[in-house]
Amino acid sequence: MYPAHMEESIRKVEATRERRLKESLLRLGDEQKTPLLQRYHPDYVAGKMRQLALGPNKGDYTPDEVADLLEGNSCLDPDKIDLGRVDYDVDVLVIGGGGAGATAALLAQENGAKVLLTTKLRLGDCNTVGAQAGTQAADRPNDSLAIHYLDTMGGGHFANVPELVEALVKDAPMVIKWLGTLGVNWDKMADGTMHELSGGGASRLRLHSARDYTGLEEMRVLRDEIRNRKIDYLEFSPAVELLMDDKGQVCGAVLVNLETNELTMVRAKSVVMATGGMGRLHIQGFPTTNHYGATADGLVLAYRVGAQLIFMDTMQYHPTGAAYPMQILGQLVTEKVRSLGAQLVNVDGEQFIMPLEPRDVVAAAIIRECQERQKGVKTPAGQVGVWLDSPMIDMLRGEGTVARELPAMVRQFGRFNIDIAREPMLIYPTLHYQNGGIKINTEGATTVPGLFAAGECEGGVHGSNRLIGNSTLDIFVFGRRAGRAAANWSKEVKSGSLTLEHVRCWQKDLERAGLSKLRPVSPLLLPDYARPIPDYLPDYSAQALTAHRIKLT
Amino acid sequence: MAESARMVDIHVMGKHYQVPEGLTIMTALEYCGYRLIRGCGCRAGFCGACATIYNFKNDHQLRYDLACQKTVEQDMYLVQIPFFPAAKAFYSLEEIEATGEQVLSLYPDLVKCFGCNTCTKTCPQKLEVMWYMSDALRGDIRQVSAKSFDCVMCGLCAARCPQGLVPYNVALLCRRLYGRYLAPVSRHLEDRIAEIEAGRFDDDLEKLKKMDVRELRRLYAGREIEPAN
Ligand SMILES: Cc1cc2nc3c(=O)[nH]c(=O)nc-3n(C[C@H](O)[C@H](O)[C@H](O)COP(=O)(O)OP(=O)(O)OC[C@H]3O[C@@H](n4cnc5c(N)ncnc54)[C@H](O)[C@@H]3O)c2cc1C
Ligand code: SF4
Ligand code: SF4
Ligand code: FES
Repeated sequence: MYPAHMEESIRKVEATRERRLKESLLRLGDEQKTPLLQRYHPDYVAGKMRQLALGPNKGDYTPDEVADLLEGNSCLDPDKIDLGRVDYDVDVLVIGGGGAGATAALLAQENGAKVLLTTKLRLGDCNTVGAQAGTQAADRPNDSLAIHYLDTMGGGHFANVPELVEALVKDAPMVIKWLGTLGVNWDKMADGTMHELSGGGASRLRLHSARDYTGLEEMRVLRDEIRNRKIDYLEFSPAVELLMDDKGQVCGAVLVNLETNELTMVRAKSVVMATGGMGRLHIQGFPTTNHYGATADGLVLAYRVGAQLIFMDTMQYHPTGAAYPMQILGQLVTEKVRSLGAQLVNVDGEQFIMPLEPRDVVAAAIIRECQERQKGVKTPAGQVGVWLDSPMIDMLRGEGTVARELPAMVRQFGRFNIDIAREPMLIYPTLHYQNGGIKINTEGATTVPGLFAAGECEGGVHGSNRLIGNSTLDIFVFGRRAGRAAANWSKEVKSGSLTLEHVRCWQKDLERAGLSKLRPVSPLLLPDYARPIPDYLPDYSAQALTAHRIKLT
Repeated sequence: MAESARMVDIHVMGKHYQVPEGLTIMTALEYCGYRLIRGCGCRAGFCGACATIYNFKNDHQLRYDLACQKTVEQDMYLVQIPFFPAAKAFYSLEEIEATGEQVLSLYPDLVKCFGCNTCTKTCPQKLEVMWYMSDALRGDIRQVSAKSFDCVMCGLCAARCPQGLVPYNVALLCRRLYGRYLAPVSRHLEDRIAEIEAGRFDDDLEKLKKMDVRELRRLYAGREIEPAN
């Protein structure tokens, strides 16, 4: 049910639908894409990025919100921490309990390591559970690793690290099989053929899905397997600093109990960083699809021990975040809706972009349609958006397709009396994915010895724009590789004695860069949505509170 | 939030607050000033972290939902369920069988289900929980998988089951058994893995990796695009 003025626009969408069923817009060439991106994509908005003042990527541009945290100060006072007291002594510490972390933990254990996994919220509270559309792997006869490679490079504007893309596409079919063996229910036909969908920027049908609960299905299974294999894990215990040894190797981490502020010291021969993305930094004020704990912590921790980052100037804005109703503002409307045939249309019911262009291109086109051309639809809450014409799906593929293929979407909109099989959805771009991250090699090793990284917190695989289905692939491919490599590293390495000297050095560097005073304390851990407290009360909320509380310990 | 928004009265653990209408239970809690640690995950209806029980001032019937998805209503009394201890069987998937006897031996308490349907009435995903539990009892693993597929493991059904059963863990076992043992094998996937292991794509990838960007761009622009299915 939409307000009257929106219903009016829907009538126009309905009026053009018959014609549009047969209308297909052409894909844009490079000469059209480049100016579109440069004028309308948020990555190119002047004045919203700045150069980092210190650290391994000094001089590189990154959004202000990210720079604030990367240039932040530690919440620990190295002089007050007793490094003689070690609570856990393990081979591999995995930081992050999403898809990449769970995978790394399983593989590290399989390779003989004693593993501890620690995570910020519950095991499996992460971006992985939100993944709806699917996971790519070139396993159909008319597809090949080369085509998957080409699609991925093209989607990433050819900036991707070639060796990483090679690893990604090469491991993909094996990863799909591995997950199946663990009991993931892939959508299949009766004869076992995978039911695969097309996705933006992919030139073959290559998306393996589990209804529109793909990531949830993957994560439920991995979480259960971690439990079955009795791998130790800690919840509500985010890492707030890495530990090093006197030989410059990463050697564990300091964790904080989010509820009691107690510190836990973990000594580990190697660490796998798997902390996911940063949507909750709300870059440029965009809403986000990300989970509550997506605050770039892993980048901050890795950066402070000297790990290089890569592609930190590019974020992914998913073209289709919900713009109405307000209760689900910014939440993901899966790309699968477009894969199944829904078009994007403006207030007059006209198409303006081929719906399966890469994400950055579609997002830029929607922003242009709403901002410059003023062809968006305004909601009562003041949000603008364009229509995603979902009723086309049943017309194209038969009655019942929407209900069968998109149960999560049907449920989400059904709560607000919107039947997406009959009515379109109003959408606008939303902050979705961190394209860049910690620089890794094909085994997940970072530029700092003893530190490995996997999943959304690492960068290079996707260049400056990720394709749908390549991230849930990335987390398994590199989660497996990093887990294995970390286990092997732990067998060989001779660790020295623990130190927080790097924190002292960082604080000196801050001072030298003229940044020592009034730095935000990082990592952020959680965003602050609690209503601001009036001025006359002490600032007990949010970041101030986190900083304050952790400082106490 | 416009100043003029209409306010609704809610009660959080018995304490009264006024919040603007149109917020979800989760954002209403934050509006009241709560900073959430427990009971908040994906904020989008997928992770099951935010299970909530509520009723109304003049209607004491308990209702259940996800705080991140449900909009607040006038006179709601809210309780969040941040954690519920639930039994889980431990098993090694490769060493067990996809049979009803196996499910029953791992979850023998299944026989205690007396079909009260409380679980179904509790489920915020509106799943037929009682029916899949009776399918599990009959050993119909396939049906359990299909009916339970959209479970976000919020724990509400287990929290309310008078017999202390944990439907979502039974369902997870059945889905894993189905996925591994009963779902049809994908030949094309096996074939592709064999081809990769035989090195069939190595030369192509080597060439592409070394190719200069201009040439890659040309290939990309000219690539054939399979129509959507
Ligand atoms: C709504 C949504 C839909 C998506 N759909 C798709 C899709 O269809 N296909 C696709 O391929 N990709 C999709 N993606 C992207 C993909 O799901 C994610 O990029 C990927 O799952 C990230 O996995 P991860 O393990 O790296 O991170 P996450 O799954 O986010 O896990 C990170 C974990 O680290 C924890 N953590 C964070 N900081 C700390 C700390 N300081 N200490 C300890 N733990 C910490 C977090 O709490 C979390 O548990 C989607 C993403 C979203 C948000
Ligand atoms: S079946 Fe139980 S755990 Fe699953 S969604 Fe329903 S109430 Fe929650
Ligand atoms: S609530 Fe428990 S006893 Fe009642 S039907 Fe559900 S599983 Fe059976
Ligand atoms: S917070 Fe994940 S379901 Fe509500």
